[in-house]
Amino acid sequence: MHLLVRDQSGQVHELEAPEGWRVMEVIRDYGLPIKAECGGACACATCHVYVDDAWRDKLVAPSEEEIEMLDGAFEIDERSRLSCQILTREDLDGLLVTLAPGSEPA
Amino acid sequence: MSDHVISTDVIVVGAGPVGLFAVFELGLLDMKCHLVDILDKPGGQCAELYPEKPIYDIPAIPACTGQELTDRLMDQIRPFDPTFHLHQMAEKLENVGSEEAPRWRLTTSTGTVLEAPVLVIAAGGGSFVPKKPPIKDIEPFEGKSVFYAVRRMEDFRRKRILIAGGGDSALDWTINLHPLATSLALVHRRDDFRAAPASVNDMRRLVADGKMDLHIAQIKGLKGHNGNLEAVTLHSKEKGEHDIECDTLLAFYGLTMKLGPVAEFGLNIHENLIPVDTEKFETNQKGIFAIGDINYYPGKLKLILSGFHEGALMAQQAFRYVFPDRKLRFQYTTSSTSLHDKLGVAG
Ligand SMILES: Cc1cc2nc3c(=O)[nH]c(=O)nc-3n(C[C@H](O)[C@H](O)[C@H](O)COP(=O)(O)OP(=O)(O)OC[C@H]3O[C@@H](n4cnc5c(N)ncnc54)[C@H](O)[C@@H]3O)c2cc1C
Ligand code: FES
Repeated sequence: MHLLVRDQSGQVHELEAPEGWRVMEVIRDYGLPIKAECGGACACATCHVYVDDAWRDKLVAPSEEEIEMLDGAFEIDERSRLSCQILTREDLDGLLVTLAPGSEPA
Repeated sequence: MSDHVISTDVIVVGAGPVGLFAVFELGLLDMKCHLVDILDKPGGQCAELYPEKPIYDIPAIPACTGQELTDRLMDQIRPFDPTFHLHQMAEKLENVGSEEAPRWRLTTSTGTVLEAPVLVIAAGGGSFVPKKPPIKDIEPFEGKSVFYAVRRMEDFRRKRILIAGGGDSALDWTINLHPLATSLALVHRRDDFRAAPASVNDMRRLVADGKMDLHIAQIKGLKGHNGNLEAVTLHSKEKGEHDIECDTLLAFYGLTMKLGPVAEFGLNIHENLIPVDTEKFETNQKGIFAIGDINYYPGKLKLILSGFHEGALMAQQAFRYVFPDRKLRFQYTTSSTSLHDKLGVAG
């Protein structure tokens, strides 16, 4: 399966994604600029992405912990998710996310 | 200057798990340590980022939380009586000795001056500093009218303050600064707060009594001149963009890690990491070691257990700098009576 990731400059990258990975891990291992400081523990909010409207309802809803953690991110809207809390699945092939401001590495 | 210099054997920058365990390994070899950390508590990432999350890969401890690991390490190093200089940044480093026999002088942001033949950098992912909102042109306001921490409450007397955030810092300062301020408002992105329920209740009472405003919105921009804030532009679903007049913004969005002043210590740095050898974990500067998440060598894994191992090997070489005339003796803690004495346990 593949993920589509729009970086901070607007360029879209197609990333091969193993199933069952965290979306954050796929983005990080591909070398795109994402801070993901806590390594996926839902403890830092530096992996914030916007999920494309077409995909939002297909994702498992965010946990209470993720919603709370989003308080530590910026420019949040209804498309906001922490990419470490989204797991890749076969039926998410083509999922489009955009890296949000404030999650780029220092 | 030298009248207030503190002399010791080893200075450790960073009181995360790796810096803490280094105190133990150094202590077994008779070296005294002073630790510096910008956080106001020991434990580094374990205490700051995941105090309540369990760790499962500490050898012989099937499970313990980040805070438990920190507490246990503090217990373990107690016999060596390390000195902590918390809530201060290790800022400036100079060699006041020679290249062959270095003597490192470290100055912190609060003016503590430490000197030792050995400096151990256990700075992890970097120093914990407040997250800064990615607002365009915020820089001129920072330190003048936009702040990420309260150093002196008095500085906020008779100010028109806007506080941003929904955690304990935001709520505590809302309640504490409210009596001093001319006006105070809190802005948070949702009408739900992570902070302790008691402080949330206090805040809601102030709002209900008309003593402060609560805005459910996000910050979009700042208005003002020469770093003097005049208004903050908020955005909410209901009201769209609107301005809140204020002269002070306090933003509490949590902490993030930045390499910080260690970058200026004259060490080789590669992608924010300090390359070391895998025998002594020494840097390109004699007497300066780097252990834990901050170092890099082929095969490096950012795991606590790797950092513990690195500390043990580092201590062997540190001994040679601190006690150039003494012979190093390898001993086990189980059977050495001299180690038992140091640890304060009966043989
Ligand atoms: C959510 C999460 C889960 C994790 N789970 C595990 C796990 O299960 N197992 C595992 O082995 N590892 C785990 N880790 C990684 C582990 O926490 C790190 O490897 C470990 O904390 C590194 O320890 P350290 O002492 O090197 O650095 P840190 O813990 O990062 O501590 C460094 C300290 O140095 C301070 N500092 C840095 N520069 C300065 C300066 N100039 N002045 C003053 N202070 C400074 C910082 O403020 C910080 O307190 C996890 C990490 C996270 C975030
Ligand atoms: S990587 Fe830290 S919250 Fe996702």
